[in-house]
Amino acid sequence: MRHPQLNEHGELRHLLSIEGLPRDLITHILDTASSFLEVSDRAVKKVPLLRGKSVFNLFFENSTRTRTTFEIAATRLSADVVNLDVRSSSTSKGESLLDTIDNLAAMNADMFVVRHSQSGAPYMIAQHVGPGLHVINAGDGRHAHPTQGLLDMYTIRHFKKDLTQLRVAVVGDILHSRVARSDIHALTTLGVPEVRAIGPLTLLPPGLEQMGVRVFTDMKAGLKDVDVIMMLRLQNERMRGALLPSAQEFFKHYGLTPEKLALAKPDAIVMHPGPMNRGVEIDSAVADGAQSVILSQVTFGIAIRMAVMSILAGTR
Amino acid sequence: MTMPQSPQPAQSPVLVAPDAEAVYANLKTIVAARLAACAPGSVAIVGIHTGGAWVAQRLHRDLCPDAPLGFLSSAFHRDDYSARGLRTRGEAGKTSIDFTVDDADILLIDDVLFTGRTVRAAINELFDYGRPRSVELAVLVDRGGRQLPVHAALAGLRTELIAGQSMRLKREEDGRFELTLEVR
Amino acid sequence: MKLTIAGGHLIDASTGLDRVADLHLADGRIAAVGEAPDGFQADRRIDATRQIVSPGLIDLSARLREPGFEYKATLESEMQAALAGGVTGIVCPPDTDPVLDEPGLVEMLKHRAHSLDQAHLYPLGALTIGLKGEILTEMAELAEAGCVGFSQANEALVDTQVLSRAMQYARSFGFTVWLQPQDAYLSRGGVAHSGPVSGRLGLSGVPVIAETVALHTLFELIRSNGCRVHLCRLSSAAGVELVRAARREGLPVTADVAVHHLHLVDVDIGYFDSSYRVVPPFRAQRDREALAQAVADGTIDAVCSDHTPVDDDAKLLPFGEAEPGVTGLELLLPLTLAWAKRSGVPLATALARVTTEPARIAGCAGGTLAVGAPADVCVFDPHAPWVVSPTTLRSQGHHTPFAHREVLGRVSTTIVGGRVAMEINWGQTPIKIVG
Repeated sequence: MRHPQLNEHGELRHLLSIEGLPRDLITHILDTASSFLEVSDRAVKKVPLLRGKSVFNLFFENSTRTRTTFEIAATRLSADVVNLDVRSSSTSKGESLLDTIDNLAAMNADMFVVRHSQSGAPYMIAQHVGPGLHVINAGDGRHAHPTQGLLDMYTIRHFKKDLTQLRVAVVGDILHSRVARSDIHALTTLGVPEVRAIGPLTLLPPGLEQMGVRVFTDMKAGLKDVDVIMMLRLQNERMRGALLPSAQEFFKHYGLTPEKLALAKPDAIVMHPGPMNRGVEIDSAVADGAQSVILSQVTFGIAIRMAVMSILAGTR
Repeated sequence: MTMPQSPQPAQSPVLVAPDAEAVYANLKTIVAARLAACAPGSVAIVGIHTGGAWVAQRLHRDLCPDAPLGFLSSAFHRDDYSARGLRTRGEAGKTSIDFTVDDADILLIDDVLFTGRTVRAAINELFDYGRPRSVELAVLVDRGGRQLPVHAALAGLRTELIAGQSMRLKREEDGRFELTLEVR
Repeated sequence: MKLTIAGGHLIDASTGLDRVADLHLADGRIAAVGEAPDGFQADRRIDATRQIVSPGLIDLSARLREPGFEYKATLESEMQAALAGGVTGIVCPPDTDPVLDEPGLVEMLKHRAHSLDQAHLYPLGALTIGLKGEILTEMAELAEAGCVGFSQANEALVDTQVLSRAMQYARSFGFTVWLQPQDAYLSRGGVAHSGPVSGRLGLSGVPVIAETVALHTLFELIRSNGCRVHLCRLSSAAGVELVRAARREGLPVTADVAVHHLHLVDVDIGYFDSSYRVVPPFRAQRDREALAQAVADGTIDAVCSDHTPVDDDAKLLPFGEAEPGVTGLELLLPLTLAWAKRSGVPLATALARVTTEPARIAGCAGGTLAVGAPADVCVFDPHAPWVVSPTTLRSQGHHTPFAHREVLGRVSTTIVGGRVAMEINWGQTPIKIVG
């Protein structure tokens, strides 16, 4: 069955997940993003590609940070942006999700950027909207955060050039992390030979080996000779009971400190999707240190989102 | 719709692709004469990807290696985005302007001038970087068929192709140019 | 009314019938097989050539949504669905609104079903008041009102002391307790089988240990109090193994499986299709194979539909928020036939799993073509295809993972109590004839 994010010509009609994105499409998005990087350095920080198009940010789950980067990206493409803070209605009565979507589509939206607390919600929306309306998944439950996965790949490619020789470690609360899942799919699709997951067993989802990942519960062993370390935020708001005793114990065994960083390759880069919990998953010395590329991720994130939006809007 | 052209020297219909190297040599002479009237290195050479960039690189190397050199992609300002989508060419084909555009005198270079739409898009791109003092257009071949009011002051060859004909610039491995003529 | 069903292939495991012969019905009972009794004059003759004639199906779990959930389905629509599926006896769980925990409610429900005069209704009473797992219901009174057993539906009963006492109390009267083996804590929040698929899709998982821990607990309780338990909706290979061992040991347990679990696995969820949101969840390939094998060898006694009509608003939601449940009364027969064909199980054995065995478990008359038994009969063509769609389904619930698929097995006549309750002419527009 064809992935709902591709049209019958194999072109990108929506961006729902990295899983199901062919390798050459991922590469195309990364290449396109590099063109958009220097738009932000010009005197006129805009190109007219999405002029006259309406981009609706539908955030059923709050996130000022992600929403802002999508807003900046859309604005730099000259689109009109509308922000809708729709709270997830699992307990509140009122308009159903699909009724909300229908109403917005009737306002001639061209693009929905959707963040939702339930895995799979953007798929439901994408299968419901008519042609000409593109859906970008800005994060659904624990399932996927494809633009983050893409910007992380862009970052690695920028600093490391050749992905096919790398060892990459993803560290922390992988069970609840959509960023981790998108990163893992992207890394394996792009041919990274060794992907490692590091964390306590309670925070590792079942089936990681089937996704092509080597599992480590000992961070010191897991970081040895690694080229890229991708730290994950410890998701307090998502943990439900009895998964960890305390942030302190987590930091002691799974936090990235200068000592642990030294076990990786000397030119290893440190990444984090943000926002960081300093002293919980990452030490300030590392976050602000020479090997951290965390701020570059933010810059690349805008270019990636511009690339995704302009590729989608140009698809018939 | 083709705009009425100002009188051109009479040409016979083009059936054979011109000798690209000869055309380039001609262009080089014309451009050299034009640059001689200005202070050395005062005019920035800016080529439009992809063919215009090749021509610009050779002119820059041959005539004014110390002048600023830049490249423009027309991708972001093209008028056929809704019909054909975004057509960027990745790292190799992106805009790169590392000199100040404000108050600059710019010689814009393209390979084959046809409808004028690519040049229009490239100029829009250029103006996102600043306000130049002047922009002049030099092309390897002006093949006629203009749909917008764009004029190349300098051209290695001026000719009139019929509708359905297209001319393309190719670059060999050793850097030599070749022009091809196709009929759709 | 005297009926002769002529020339059909009679199949009935309870009497060993497996041949082409006529079946004669009189006064609501099976009168004779083969030759008509002396002086028998049929008022009507039904031609069953090239079709199977079996006892009417008995579904061990079908939600009819009355009382309380009439916006999801009503007795009228669901009884029609049952008859269209050849189902003449329905066991319904007590999770209605209000819960079936009072004799008065049971009587009302039975009365309503009786007045519709279609399939037989065998309600399960609640084991505890409101299904809350705290206070016992008046099981004896409920049994007198017509309950065939006592159940917690899908509600957890976490207090093991209450569970133990409820089982002891039921044992005193010889009642059967119907329980779904699912540990409330281990399954908490889960919406899909805990495994590579749920891991990949980012869906909260229900691990197999939720079923096995519950089974271990139940078996220990049974060893101590001897209560007869019917295990509802097994889902895993490990669970099947435990049941097999319990049977070998001689514990008084029976078990069923929902027919869709014999066909589908977690991978089929695909792109978060909420039609696949069910309780218990679809598990992995090896679990499906173990379930199929267990039904074949009798470790699992019966196959049911677990018919649960869900309204559109409750299904058209992200997977984790969607209400679990699929429509199934009309698919029980074709899906059972499909399982039998795939597993190489003889038709007689397959039909026993939806007729004779459920009758035994529910303790009701039916599921047999023995002379003198109630005349509940189903006539069907096992090879005839039809496409599952909102236009062909009579149930108000349209959500099924088999939507738009072609299935084999079409019912042409359903007889309840010796009366033709439904006849379907599959040639053109289906004709419903009652009475």
